[in-house]
Amino acid sequence: MSADMLPLITKALGETVYMVVVSMIISSLLGIPLGVLLHTTSKGQILECLPVNRVVGAVVNAIRSIPFIILMVAIIPLTRLIVGSAIGTTAAMVPLVLASVPFIGRQVETSLREIPYGIVEAAQAMGATPLQIIRKVFLPEAMPNIVAQLTTVIISLIGESAMAGAIGGGGLGDLAIRYGYQRFRPDIMIATVIVLIIMVQIVQFAGNKLAKHLDKR
Amino acid sequence: MVIDLSHIEKIYDSTAGPVHALKDISLHINKGEIYGIIGLSGAGKSTLVRCINLLERPTKGTVTIEGKDITAMNNAELREARKGIGMIFQHFNLLSTSTVFDNIAFPLQLSNTPKDEIKSRVTELLDLVGLANKADQYPSQLSGGQKQRVGIARALASNPHILLCDEATSALDPQTTKSILHLIKDINKKLKLTVVVITHEMQVIKEICDKVAVIDKGIIAEQGDVLDVFINPQEPITKEFISVLLSNELPVDFRNIEIADEPFEDSILLMRLTFIGETANDPIISSLVKKYDVSADLFFGSLDDIKGAPFGRLIIGLDGSQKDIHSAMDYLREQKVKMEVIGYVSRHASSHH
Repeated sequence: MSADMLPLITKALGETVYMVVVSMIISSLLGIPLGVLLHTTSKGQILECLPVNRVVGAVVNAIRSIPFIILMVAIIPLTRLIVGSAIGTTAAMVPLVLASVPFIGRQVETSLREIPYGIVEAAQAMGATPLQIIRKVFLPEAMPNIVAQLTTVIISLIGESAMAGAIGGGGLGDLAIRYGYQRFRPDIMIATVIVLIIMVQIVQFAGNKLAKHLDKR
Repeated sequence: MVIDLSHIEKIYDSTAGPVHALKDISLHINKGEIYGIIGLSGAGKSTLVRCINLLERPTKGTVTIEGKDITAMNNAELREARKGIGMIFQHFNLLSTSTVFDNIAFPLQLSNTPKDEIKSRVTELLDLVGLANKADQYPSQLSGGQKQRVGIARALASNPHILLCDEATSALDPQTTKSILHLIKDINKKLKLTVVVITHEMQVIKEICDKVAVIDKGIIAEQGDVLDVFINPQEPITKEFISVLLSNELPVDFRNIEIADEPFEDSILLMRLTFIGETANDPIISSLVKKYDVSADLFFGSLDDIKGAPFGRLIIGLDGSQKDIHSAMDYLREQKVKMEVIGYVSRHASSHH
């Protein structure tokens, strides 16, 4: 262990956390409504609208079928447009968000589909509006599942952020490639991997705890 | 009239072609009545009850609730109208992530009722359904009967005039069913609520309903006062439902012997008598024996009650000359007793004899 290692890792860890947290927040804000849209517009649902459902579903599938590393490079012009640059931690968040939103959308859709239709019917019988059903039935009832699934999304974001780091986004992935691989520093490579493992463990543990706390079934 | 269904048709599209779930159904339900709709699964009864609050929109026909045609309403008007119609379900349909209190408060929150008003209303409802000490529990911690009590409290929260019960006791054991039916009857009286009960069990109809409609393959096969339908069922499907409660089997001794239409040597005439209301308490058999030169053997007897009215059934064997037997039968006919002749059997068939 050399003296330069600790500040390097602390800085990289900070960048990774920043990338993951901010992209996760933005992705959730977009992905949860996307999931609600996918579910409620499907057949027999409260806002059934099959054309919208099919188009949105197809776009979601298309984005999800692009490997992250390719998506990252392919949308560089878009990233430039939004952030003003294609390099850097903030720029790395554009592909991260773009990859996570459809992922979250599908996960949320699955959670919503598990809610028995009878509960929705009961709310309709009480005179609830579609928006009230979404806010007071769908989201609270699916929340334990959504939390569990968002945990999975955070973990895959940690992995993707390492990839984004490799093309100039900074963070732990960047550190591992530049020092561990290109400068032959296996100690840094190993330390980075250990930090990533600990991060994932903490996220999974916290996610499980929270999901369990919310689950009253 | 509180609920008026007029010429309701419901046709579903399915991959196998259109399915005619309801065919020209008209029903009139009066204020304060407990109206039972009984049918086998697939008969269309759940579809029919969902047509009352338009959870299912009929393909044709109109639904009038308290004088207002709700089939002509727009979405916002319909939502408002639904607040006057409570509904409870076979599987309760409670929010699993909300406490008992919040489940009951749900309809009030939908109408943005002030918090303190919600609190007092929910407390009152918890008392009404006997769950005052369960306010902070979650549905998963409750028994089936308790869950249905929460369902009932939630359905009553917005002071509806109508309560729809969709197989509300079908997931419950017989004991719990009884207590839930009692509760429904209780609130029907206390709150002058009109109640529509959907069920596949005649027991439920017998226990609480004033009127009954028998639905079969999408049509109303028979309807009327519960007592009338019990005494004089017209359709085979109705008879079948009733036979579950009232066994039509002959006593063991007579099951495997010949039953003749004409009298023969040493025969007695077997008949089934049904007594309703006050006649169930009259000593008809003893006066029959006193008046005519016949003897009457009792082979089977039961006394039940339907919505508080006594309902007795007997199987007797009349013995005597043909002339006396016929006079005795004429007498029975005069007594408002429903008489069904089974046939002549050998008097030695019965070991009781």
